[in-house]
Amino acid sequence: MSQVTMRVWRGDANGGDFQEFALERQEGEVVLDVIHRIQATEAPDLACRWNCKAGKCGSCAAEINGKPRLMCMTRMDQLPEGPVTVTPMRTFPIIRDLVTDVSFNFAMAERVPALLPPPMPEDGYRMYQEDVERGQEFRKCIECFMCQDVCHVIRDHEENKQHYAGPRFFIRYAELEMHPLDTNDRRDYVREEMGLGYCNITKCCTEVCPEHIKITDNAIIPMKERVVDAHYDPVAWLGRKIRRRTKRTASEASVQPQP
Amino acid sequence: MTDYEHHDYDVLIIGAGGAGLRAAIEAKQRGLSVGIVTKSLLGKAHTVMAEGGMAAAMGNVYPEDNWQVHFRDTMRGGKFLNNYRMAELHAKEAPDRVRELEQWGALFDRTKDGKILQRDFGGHRYARLAHVGDRTGLELIRTLQQKVVSMGTDVYMECKVLRLVHDEHGAIAGAVAYWRPTGQFVTFGAKSIILATGGVGKSWKFTSNSWESTGDGHAMALWAGAELIDMEAIQFHPTGMVWPLSVRGLLVTEGVRGDGGVLRNSNGERFMFNYVADMFRAETAESEEEADRWYEDHSAGRRPPELLPRDEVARAINAEVKNGRGSPHGGVFLDIGSRRSAEFIRRRLPSMYHQFMELAGVDITRESMEIGPTCHYIMGGVKVDADTAATRVPGLFAAGEVAGGMHGANRLGGNSLSDLVVFGQRAGLGAAAYLEGGSGPRGFDRGEVEAAIVQATAPFERESGENPYDIQRDLQEMMQANVGIIRNGPEIEEAIVALETLSERVRNVAVAGGRAYNPGWNLATDLPSMITVSKCTARGALERRESRGGHTREDFPKADPEFGTFNLAHSVADGRWDGEFTTVRSPLLVMPDELKALLEEAH
Ligand SMILES: Cc1cc2nc3c(=O)[nH]c(=O)nc-3n(C[C@H](O)[C@H](O)[C@H](O)COP(=O)(O)OP(=O)(O)OC[C@H]3O[C@@H](n4cnc5c(N)ncnc54)[C@H](O)[C@@H]3O)c2cc1C
Ligand code: SF4
Ligand code: SF4
Ligand code: FES
Repeated sequence: MSQVTMRVWRGDANGGDFQEFALERQEGEVVLDVIHRIQATEAPDLACRWNCKAGKCGSCAAEINGKPRLMCMTRMDQLPEGPVTVTPMRTFPIIRDLVTDVSFNFAMAERVPALLPPPMPEDGYRMYQEDVERGQEFRKCIECFMCQDVCHVIRDHEENKQHYAGPRFFIRYAELEMHPLDTNDRRDYVREEMGLGYCNITKCCTEVCPEHIKITDNAIIPMKERVVDAHYDPVAWLGRKIRRRTKRTASEASVQPQP
Repeated sequence: MTDYEHHDYDVLIIGAGGAGLRAAIEAKQRGLSVGIVTKSLLGKAHTVMAEGGMAAAMGNVYPEDNWQVHFRDTMRGGKFLNNYRMAELHAKEAPDRVRELEQWGALFDRTKDGKILQRDFGGHRYARLAHVGDRTGLELIRTLQQKVVSMGTDVYMECKVLRLVHDEHGAIAGAVAYWRPTGQFVTFGAKSIILATGGVGKSWKFTSNSWESTGDGHAMALWAGAELIDMEAIQFHPTGMVWPLSVRGLLVTEGVRGDGGVLRNSNGERFMFNYVADMFRAETAESEEEADRWYEDHSAGRRPPELLPRDEVARAINAEVKNGRGSPHGGVFLDIGSRRSAEFIRRRLPSMYHQFMELAGVDITRESMEIGPTCHYIMGGVKVDADTAATRVPGLFAAGEVAGGMHGANRLGGNSLSDLVVFGQRAGLGAAAYLEGGSGPRGFDRGEVEAAIVQATAPFERESGENPYDIQRDLQEMMQANVGIIRNGPEIEEAIVALETLSERVRNVAVAGGRAYNPGWNLATDLPSMITVSKCTARGALERRESRGGHTREDFPKADPEFGTFNLAHSVADGRWDGEFTTVRSPLLVMPDELKALLEEAH
């Protein structure tokens, strides 16, 4: 079997460099398998994240030959000939080697005003498949944060992280907005506090999403329209198709419902 | 005495899978202060990988369904080794626990009239699994995670608990842990602790489990003085991927069979018809035509044999391969492509479609999958009181996969996710009741903290020693070979000797580098629990001289009624950690007559 050279970035917040590893190729392997083989032999302290090894948990995102990908879903035999470069996601601070500090995303999650449904009837809510499907698309998100990684608003501008939720959370807001049971209105909040206006629809996020969520077309663009509408049309934008309740006002939206 | 970062809580929850998160919600709702600790980031626990669905007798598809039938199915699936009270509570409460998830944002697939849709799975008499395509675990964990976050809960991510800490009277007083990103130690003072650490599957070579499933909670409970039961009952899921080698063990959801997929050997034969045990004969189809009618309408035929409980199917596959009728890479074929439309498959099983397309280059809408058994789930675990999830150690509770009893000798698919929310909630309630009763620790044994830290940092002190990955690999290969799906006395005895040698080797592990995000060191700290738990499994497997559920002995191929009256319970004498453990026969709870009658009813 032929050999492959892996160029893996190693280091921490103080800096680092590439380290090269030469290994035998093995049939059917993905990049994560090769990283694991390096860990098990030459470099047991090589840091990376993973859990499911099946593209389901979103832990193993890294930049492979400069592009954000899930290491567990990237087949070695589908990469171009030559050395394979693996670097951590650039938008987030380095912890060690391929592991980055993604706490920005968890901080943004805390700022999402929760779902506010009406009280549940004894035998559960009734919702129809066509009404839940839009939300289901966004709920496929595995929180790999690769869309956040490529979004230029934060990739090149650390300062924007204070007031920019990023594509992962725009789909979360869209999901809540389109939720058949929700009565919370987050439109002004998304515009004023979460920086929806910074997005100029480059679609880079959609291109990298491993779940093939149409982040821009199905979430961001409708949200932008919706936010504009908020100023003259306070009633539901999805109106006809989805049986939804009247939204509360935007000023109440950032209030978390009581547990 | 060194000072460590320290935090105090009413309830400390170890584990952020479905069980831990559900427990946190309950404890928070009771006004208690709650901290959650997890080895990974929030939302990445094993629960996220669950595919097929969560079982609850809501009767949305088959109104005939009710808790009594679910109870019966669970007990039969478990070969009656279950804690009947857990099975009863689970069957009764699962529907409410599933419905309430929609209050917190879950969006399950729907029936035509807008209710939660339910799908068929092995061993369940009716279509009973609430689901979202084949990513139900993701929906469950995200819903609970978002709820927990909206309640403002402290979550310690990438923080590994090493040991539980007692007070001066042997009650739970807290825990000692380290942050993976920095390697710094942290202590928790806790009036009560809920263990929700998941499973043990990483000790086998071919497994559907992630690196986290090292049995830490099982081992910590044992070391802390609790009992572990049924540790020999390991579920080998019949359908794991077998090729390419690097993904061997990765799960193929039972939903494939629930939605019409069938198993064939190398002759193209639907061999499961040849493996129907007496216990299931009356309710299983006799011909392919009858089985196929059942998919359309459950009253028009009996269940296909592909949907027998998992232990039955896994043994059958094993036998086919052994008899030379396997697939090229040592499995059998799972075929849905010839039986359902491509559109149906992509809609119902999207992640299976992608998993095979991207990892194996197989288009499951046209080609058969090659599959074989993979280590998947441990039925055994910490012995708990069904109603409160309390262990025998005051202040210590356990829920989810780490707890034992609910599933007996074999778990039905879909019964885990519902178990997580039913007993997660009960553990939260149990801890709250314990604290309301005025119980709580008096003191905090600093000696235990120091001992844990000395042990954890020892691998850095050694100039030379073994690579922890080598030990892990040898453990996995040994357990796969000797305590795998089919077992026998001499091989288990060999395993017990081998585990002693592995223990010795763990004492000689060395790691290089610093403590900050060092996977080699992290693994070194997982090895003691992996080996402790494997020892209990091997001991239980040796002493249970019969075959029952997830435990199959080729030297004792039949179930023995005598062995059906007790669990094997392991505990460490006088609550000392790392000590020798003893194994005793612990009689099953006596079932009330009205529940017994349910089991005897012919359906
Ligand atoms: C691929 C796959 C598919 C499945 N599909 C289904 C299905 O369709 N239906 C079903 O019912 N069941 C299914 N199961 C089983 C089910 O998913 C698991 O049994 C269940 O999710 C376990 O949940 P849990 O909450 O007990 O623990 P887990 O989700 O495993 O979480 C354990 C938590 O404990 C933490 N932890 C562990 N040790 C420590 C420590 N030392 N310190 C700190 N934290 C620690 C981990 O970080 C994690 O947060 C499936 C399992 C797999 C692997
Ligand atoms: S489309 Fe918007 S959110 Fe997506 S990457 Fe471009 S700027 Fe960022
Ligand atoms: S939207 Fe897609 S790319 Fe972004 S975090 Fe979710 S799964 Fe990843
Ligand atoms: S390890 Fe889970 S997505 Fe790669």
